Amino acid sequence: MSTQEQTVTHIHRDDIGARMGMWLFLFTELLLFGGMFILYSIYRYTYPDDFHLAAKDLNIIIGTFNTAILLTSSLTMALSIAAIQRGHKSLSVFLQFVTILLAFGFMINKYFEWTAKFSHGIYPGSDVLLAKPSGEIVFYGLYYVMTGLHGLHVIIGIVLIAIMMRFTSKGIIRSDSYVKLETAGLYWHLVDIIWIFLFPLFYLIT
Amino acid sequence: MEMNQEKHLDNSHSYGSYILVWLALMALTAVTVAVAGINLGGLTVATALIIASVKAYLVLTIFMHLKSEDKTFKVFVFVALIFLIVSFILLFSDYSFIVRN
Repeated sequence: MSTQEQTVTHIHRDDIGARMGMWLFLFTELLLFGGMFILYSIYRYTYPDDFHLAAKDLNIIIGTFNTAILLTSSLTMALSIAAIQRGHKSLSVFLQFVTILLAFGFMINKYFEWTAKFSHGIYPGSDVLLAKPSGEIVFYGLYYVMTGLHGLHVIIGIVLIAIMMRFTSKGIIRSDSYVKLETAGLYWHLVDIIWIFLFPLFYLIT
Repeated sequence: MEMNQEKHLDNSHSYGSYILVWLALMALTAVTVAVAGINLGGLTVATALIIASVKAYLVLTIFMHLKSEDKTFKVFVFVALIFLIVSFILLFSDYSFIVRN
């Protein structure tokens, strides 16, 4: 009954519904990446030695560094929400800006990592790669598709957070209305979680 | 609305607790890299996946506020993850059967 009254006196806003909507979208992302993780595990089970050999050529240092960058960007995103909840607008904008910078750092590392691989002739369909055993071809196929799709998510995240930054500085996102920032944060943390699994499965095969 | 707002404010942890979680995530990353150098045989993948799951749990509960979120959210996430695991199990049992024959 009381909700009825409230909808009359207040502008309708459903923050729980908004967050639930984002979570439902994240479940579809789970299906997208989950399907690829299934493919990965089946091929790794089929070609354990080839996967081991191919993974040796990936740069663990860049991988670890990028993991640290992404985890830190998740922290700054979470902190930016905590800041706006406490009404610290400029701190929140600053933390979102740092999140974007870290995301760019991640992509720049990815760029160097991929160009190094390309210069060794390892890219999908290359002669060097096709001369390798089938397990290694599959490994690099999965590597490029999964980290590539993840990279695309990082780029989308950068755009989203940039929009949130603008909303925050314009006062659309403020201490009593920040669900947009929260949902952008949920998306960003999912991108982080996917990387948490990609990192050991591609870089740390012993 | 009022209740919504109150609920919403629950979705906040102190700056310190976020930093603590971040430190734990960084430490777990260091552990997973260090452990990867040791040959644990069949347990290598399991160790890596367990550490990754702990990290994912920390991000889900604290960074993504699942801990302070409504029960419905927790049930949703739980069901989604269960179905993902079920599809993994079914596929593997089917695949190992095909490989054996």
